[in-house]
Amino acid sequence: MGEGAELGRRLAARDLTAAPAALNLLESTAPGDRAQAAALLGEVSPANLAGEAPGHVIGVTGPPGAGKSTLLSALLRGWRERGATVALLAVDPSSRRSGGSLLGDRARIEFDPGDRGVFIRSTAAGERLGGIAWGTRAAAQALAAAFDVVVIETVGVGQAETEVGEVADTVVVVVQPGSGDVLQFLKSGIMEIPDLLVVTKADLGQVALSARRDLGAAARSLGTRSTRVLAVSSLSPPSGIEELLDALAERWLTLRADDGAELAARRLRARRAGALLDFAVEYGERGLRALGGRHAAERWLASLDPALDEAALTAALEERMSGDGPNGS
Amino acid sequence: MSEHRLPERDRPWMMRTYAGHSTAKASNELYRRNLEKGQTGLSVAFDLPTQTGYDADDELARGEVGKVGVPIAHRGDMATLMDGIPLGEMNTSMTINATAAWLLALYIVAAENQGVDQSRLQGTTQNDIIKEFLARGTYAFPPAPSMRLIADMIAYTVEHVPRWNPINICSYHLQEAGATPVQEIAFAMSNAIAVLDAARERLQSSPSPRAEELMGQVFGRISFFVNAGVRFVEEHAKLRAMGILWEELGRERYGVSDARHLRFRYGVQVNSLGLTEAQPENNVQRIVLEALAVTIGRDARARAIQLPAWNEALGLPRPWDQQWSLRIQQILAYETDILDYPDIFEGSKVMDGLVAELLEGARAEMAVVAEHGGAVQAVPYMKAALVDSHRERIARIEAGEQTVVGQNRFTETEPSPLTADAEGGILVVDPAVEAEQIEALRRWRSQRDQAAVDAALADLARAAADPEQNLMEPTIAAARAGATTGEWAATLREVFGSYRAPTGVGEAAAAPPSGEGAAARELAELRERVAELSERLGRRPKILVGKPGLDGHSNGAEQIAVRARDAGMDVVYEGIRLTPSQIAASALQEGVHVIGLSILSGSHRELIPAVMQALRDAGVQAPVVVGGIIPEQDVQPLKDAGVAAVYTPKDFEITRIVRDIVELVGERAALAASA
Repeated sequence: MGEGAELGRRLAARDLTAAPAALNLLESTAPGDRAQAAALLGEVSPANLAGEAPGHVIGVTGPPGAGKSTLLSALLRGWRERGATVALLAVDPSSRRSGGSLLGDRARIEFDPGDRGVFIRSTAAGERLGGIAWGTRAAAQALAAAFDVVVIETVGVGQAETEVGEVADTVVVVVQPGSGDVLQFLKSGIMEIPDLLVVTKADLGQVALSARRDLGAAARSLGTRSTRVLAVSSLSPPSGIEELLDALAERWLTLRADDGAELAARRLRARRAGALLDFAVEYGERGLRALGGRHAAERWLASLDPALDEAALTAALEERMSGDGPNGS
Repeated sequence: MSEHRLPERDRPWMMRTYAGHSTAKASNELYRRNLEKGQTGLSVAFDLPTQTGYDADDELARGEVGKVGVPIAHRGDMATLMDGIPLGEMNTSMTINATAAWLLALYIVAAENQGVDQSRLQGTTQNDIIKEFLARGTYAFPPAPSMRLIADMIAYTVEHVPRWNPINICSYHLQEAGATPVQEIAFAMSNAIAVLDAARERLQSSPSPRAEELMGQVFGRISFFVNAGVRFVEEHAKLRAMGILWEELGRERYGVSDARHLRFRYGVQVNSLGLTEAQPENNVQRIVLEALAVTIGRDARARAIQLPAWNEALGLPRPWDQQWSLRIQQILAYETDILDYPDIFEGSKVMDGLVAELLEGARAEMAVVAEHGGAVQAVPYMKAALVDSHRERIARIEAGEQTVVGQNRFTETEPSPLTADAEGGILVVDPAVEAEQIEALRRWRSQRDQAAVDAALADLARAAADPEQNLMEPTIAAARAGATTGEWAATLREVFGSYRAPTGVGEAAAAPPSGEGAAARELAELRERVAELSERLGRRPKILVGKPGLDGHSNGAEQIAVRARDAGMDVVYEGIRLTPSQIAASALQEGVHVIGLSILSGSHRELIPAVMQALRDAGVQAPVVVGGIIPEQDVQPLKDAGVAAVYTPKDFEITRIVRDIVELVGERAALAASA
């Protein structure tokens, strides 16, 4: 068995120690590694797992300085106390001018290094604009097979929650009181409505209360779903963390109700969109034209087996482009 | 009477030596010897566990006990440290910050036991937490409760220990972290404002009718701890500018009118950043000139001076090295004529011009800090600005634009007889000290009245939870009861929470992708290599950079991190205070290709092998490089322990270090591919 398949098997068996090597492989762009990565993803595909991966993939995003790292430190502690294993993918937006990146987030998140149930990985944002990098999407999908919770942390507001929404089951937007831009973005529709809005620094009192009220009002007036707005403080004594953990647990229950119909639909959409995005990056407009245009490609993807993983879907698109796919014409 | 001579020669400043190591007993002997040599005050160096609030038996204390200073765990240690030294007469400066309230309490209790009332005590606790977040790294609690502790100490000492300087606003460490003179002035003054504002609030919260009068006294008790670099004319101008700003601040912001309270008082430790490992004897000339900067002009002369030793870039100084620096002070004070005259720069166009320039720059920079909401809020901004300034300084030295004799120019040298002995001309702390201290600590704990300690700590916790209460009284009570440094800090950490300061590297500006000159070409060439290597590896070479142990001097690690990023690497910057198991866990989870560790505290002999073991246990194969103040004779043992490369202060070309690291990753990748 190849390295990729072996790692995928271990993740599917919930072997957390496979995570570091699996990530090394999924982040690699070397041609040989991409084949191995596809094999890995095949092992954790819904087809192989007989259902969706059991981990709750949560996107956490918000502007710089909103208090994401402090919040995540508290959430990590909370999940561990509740017995859940957690993988955290910290996507750093730092300058890509030199191609290099400084991933400083790890230093801001508190964790117990001896705890095997926590896995933290920092990754640089994709070198292309728009969308979460392929490696991060693939990592989230793979880790969800092994960990109970997979968090993707990104920075930004406006585009960021849309991007993380491409891969997460639940999107949490974190804002600090007094930052009016989130409210404006919500009202103007620049920002998609997240599943949960969290106002940090609740210890600031009145400012935090009114921020929470305004966001709640904006979400209600715009949303078709009921977006919850929670206030937390990580200053000692922390507050609101348990409520947030409960809200996330509730959301997870809802997604998995009716045999997980909503979850399956959401993830299927994400896998298809991800595969098309990846294909478009690789082959550009010419590639899309060869498939008869973006809409035709989407329709065709929708006709394929819903249990296929993202890499398999991308491969299918490639085969169809070359004219030797199962439905090639 | 002539105007160009003083009617009576000035008295010299207070002369100290920053000292302490191994144990309280060994340090006490050292202090007594130093006083016999003509030193006029004490300057206590505490070890890093004491500075950060851990007992010697804590996991984080490993390798650090007794290294850069003396371990003081309880009132018994403090009594030993001050044995035979009359505390009613001595003037003691303590380089202590996060745990300053605790060490002052131990000092007060030690004085009590000598029969000396606290009202007679004279000295200084450094107690400047903002610069710990910015530059030195020995913080223990989050910013807000840290500021409260400082305000509590100020409010307490102004009433009960009136001759004590509760805080030394430190610009010293800002210069060590790369601050320009303008930044040094502006950040220090902004920091003073944050402290004074907090103290004013503290004073006003208690219903004392003397609040206003006390504010004047508080202002008068704030002293500074500054730095002086080798550009000593400008450095002298800097001190004059600080004096002007200080008086202005007192009058305008705090309504102080008493001239005595408005005097800018400062102590000095001159620049260590500019001291070189190459041709270390040259450091003596540098130290003399820097000492001149703070003594030459009467209107801005230091109140107290301590000088570094010639061999600080090599390791810890020995008593003889420190004696040499004390003699520099004594020659300046007693042999030269600088104390004979009134201010020699009065009416100097050059000096006035320099002062005006610095004042203008500093006021503008203070306004920026104020816009960020003051010094506490502006810590991330100031930190990033310091990292940037330091990077520019290093770039100038690398490019040869700034001359450092013996390092980037005039590098040919005869072998130095000063470093010829077996230890390489430095002090080596006996590794047995740590075990002895742990043993002594356990004995102390078993012999004290545990119920009294528990009750005192419970009182402390209750007081900490109530922001209205002053923490000094319960702290002194805990000191009397026999609590330890680690217990005091743990009690407060429990209430206040712990904290990790911003690293500043994420915000540091990126190097321009192209530029003129050899340095830019070298970096561009390195980027090419990194790009090639990335293709071979399938992802960008990834490095973990961090500091094991308690040493918070992160400049070196930050500069490596920023340059590696500029070269195109993915850099996981872990910051300070890492345990070996943390480093191993991070290296494994992050899938890094190489690990860069920095240690300046001398604990590399214990910590690096422990890290190597932890990495082996975790199955991490990435090579490890180590940088810091590593004596020559320790290099081979580190390599024997599995370290791939060792860098010391004489390796000042950061791009070259990063290139070595990239090549190391390339070699290992080639080996793995052929295996």
